[in-house]
Amino acid sequence: MMGLETTLALVLLIALTFYVLLGGADFGTGVWHLLARGSSRRDQLRLIGDAIGPIWEANHVWLILIVTIVFAAFPSVYAQISITLHIPLTLLVIGIVFRGAAFAFRHYDVKDDAIHDRWDQLFAVSSLISPLLLGIIIGAMTSGHFPVNPASFFQGYVGPWIQPFPLAMGLFTLVLFAYLAAAYLLLETKSHQLQEIFRKRAIVGALVAGLLEEAVLILGKSAAPQLWGELMHSLWGAFIQLGVGAFTIAAVWFLFARRYWWARTCAMLQVTLTLWAWGIAQFPYLVPPYLTVFNAAAPEITLRFITVALVVGATLLFPSLFYLFRIFKGGTLFRQNGQQG
Amino acid sequence: MSDLLAARSLMAMSLGFHIIFAIVGMAMPLLMILAEWRWLKTGQAMYLTLAKRWAKGTAIFFAIGAVTGTVLSFQLGLLWPTFMEWAGPIIGPAFAIEGFAFFTEAIFLGIYLYGWRKISPRAHLAAGGVVALSGILSGVVVVMANGWMNTPRGFSMINGIPSNIDPLAALFNPSGLLQAPHMILAAFAATGFAVAGIHAFLLLRQPGNLFHKAALNIAFAVGALSAILQPVSGDFLAKRVAEFQPVKLAVFEAQVETQQGAPFRIGGVWNSEKEAFDSIIEIPYALSVMLHLDPNASVIGFREFAKENWPPIGVTRTAFQLMVFIGMIMLFLALWGGWLAFRTRNLFRSRRFLQTLVLATPLGFIATEAGWVATEVGRQPWVIVGHLKTAEAVTPMPGLTVSFTFFAGLYAFLAFIVIWLMWRHVSATPNQFAMNPVTENGREHDGT
Repeated sequence: MMGLETTLALVLLIALTFYVLLGGADFGTGVWHLLARGSSRRDQLRLIGDAIGPIWEANHVWLILIVTIVFAAFPSVYAQISITLHIPLTLLVIGIVFRGAAFAFRHYDVKDDAIHDRWDQLFAVSSLISPLLLGIIIGAMTSGHFPVNPASFFQGYVGPWIQPFPLAMGLFTLVLFAYLAAAYLLLETKSHQLQEIFRKRAIVGALVAGLLEEAVLILGKSAAPQLWGELMHSLWGAFIQLGVGAFTIAAVWFLFARRYWWARTCAMLQVTLTLWAWGIAQFPYLVPPYLTVFNAAAPEITLRFITVALVVGATLLFPSLFYLFRIFKGGTLFRQNGQQG
Repeated sequence: MSDLLAARSLMAMSLGFHIIFAIVGMAMPLLMILAEWRWLKTGQAMYLTLAKRWAKGTAIFFAIGAVTGTVLSFQLGLLWPTFMEWAGPIIGPAFAIEGFAFFTEAIFLGIYLYGWRKISPRAHLAAGGVVALSGILSGVVVVMANGWMNTPRGFSMINGIPSNIDPLAALFNPSGLLQAPHMILAAFAATGFAVAGIHAFLLLRQPGNLFHKAALNIAFAVGALSAILQPVSGDFLAKRVAEFQPVKLAVFEAQVETQQGAPFRIGGVWNSEKEAFDSIIEIPYALSVMLHLDPNASVIGFREFAKENWPPIGVTRTAFQLMVFIGMIMLFLALWGGWLAFRTRNLFRSRRFLQTLVLATPLGFIATEAGWVATEVGRQPWVIVGHLKTAEAVTPMPGLTVSFTFFAGLYAFLAFIVIWLMWRHVSATPNQFAMNPVTENGREHDGT
């Protein structure tokens, strides 16, 4: 029987998966927003705005949920990260503020005029900030070894995250989000022209993400030996890497074959598997070498209370989420008869 | 600026900024579904236009409220890691509940904003109802968590470590239970008056515009009802503060020395050298009566407590007075409007009333901010009253002045844009209802 602390760590991994698959893709549209060129530029921007409009606020809440669970269930981890990663966390929320504000200013305005282009630009640029920083923060937590009594400002607050491994993780996260966004947008439009544009982008995204994944892994050999060891020297590690590779190849193949529903499904599985490989390899560490799921957990009664809240919350949340996605994404949720792929 | 002061200023600024958006985001959904409900009932197009207009305004406030709320969920840790580590196991679960309430609100707001033609009118109205309810729930839980900082419950200290934790007892702490309704009423009163003020302004410019009449009726009804209930809620809360945080109440009421038959004091300037208030007006026995229903009851003065545990006297007292004063003005306006509606069945005939409403537009927000300052500055020097001092909770991270300066600029920018957008929103007022044929058959009075 799994202990409550492990259960809540698993819930965190599940919530992070949802955040990456849903909220991550919303951020990923920023890349395509910035790269939108040519005669169909307006149509591309409209497609992105329509696609994320009804759902971006809800998708963002996964992050809030993650923060509150970490705070309540693993308070010392929340405190330690807040101190050592103060700067990247601050930059992360600045990105979140600008992205959300720009989207709201652009789309909930009563008039339509030239200033909307400015909000579009701000939306696109700020959408890049948060994924980069999210990856950097996860990378820094994966390496861990935060200085206990830092000798200098640099050593205490900059050194832990300005490193090749977290920075590569940041870039990897950004590309992964952009890749997901392109794969989703393929199903959101009936325009052949737009589909061709996002199809190429999704293929490039998949390949670049694959390369960066290898780079992250290689950098992790020294920067995150725990991760490297688990993934490279265990049977499940070999299997999971094989799985990620297989889904990547399948996604690219389906993209070439213009079978978009399957391509999107494979992309989602690829990303999910990558995330879970990281999460399981990292277990039981939250910030190695001192903070683990077990020694950082709040007292039993708190964990029990959170678990009850999560169970009750989830029974309300998932039907509501399904309702939301059925209304706005109903045509893309399930594979349609007569549709290609 | 010291790092502690920078951290406190940044926290105060983030909360003060977020509160405006949070309360508008909490109260507007009610106005918007009332308008939509009127549309479903009467079939008059202007109510639909009104609901859609209000929904767009709500969307902007909600979005800014959501992102600044995200800032807060991180900033609590970034600035006060020791507090959060201390509080996490005890009050943290409350935030998990808040997370779900917020989730529900975001989901159904998405459905409401984008689902006008995608779901049935009833389902759409119901979605708006869920937004309103979950917004209130989320506000209640957050304020109850704040109440815990004032009256910490749900644990016992064993060897300096909080033990025997009970998250339910922490959530249902004495202060939070009464702070929550006070804040919710503040949200509805402030937002109702602000919206009524804007539409009163437009109505003065375009007399007879049915659209603004309909809007004013709904907004004023919500604001006035809340403003009438608010002093009752405040009275309950003050009695509780007197019971659990006597030093805070003594500062609120300028009660320096313990006294039997304490007067209610108005105005006054704190003189820290004499440790007394200058030029203060006293209403004999009134405070003893208000707190204990007994003119000779004893009220504790703050000099009973060690000086190091006094909150900043001037700021706390001034903020409290400002809140009460504005609350009284809003109560008066609510009664005036109620009397007009009762006597003449028409809120719009009196130009003076409309002009006064215009002047009152920002009052609710000022009172809410003042009340917030009173409760938070009045809690100092503690972050968790009786257990952890603010100075002990601050992060070791240096250079917080940089953060403070940056966020000050960021909030100023956002405030400027939102005000500008609201001005555009308001100036793009629909004119077609001015000449609406419905005017002639008198259906305009439906809402009163």
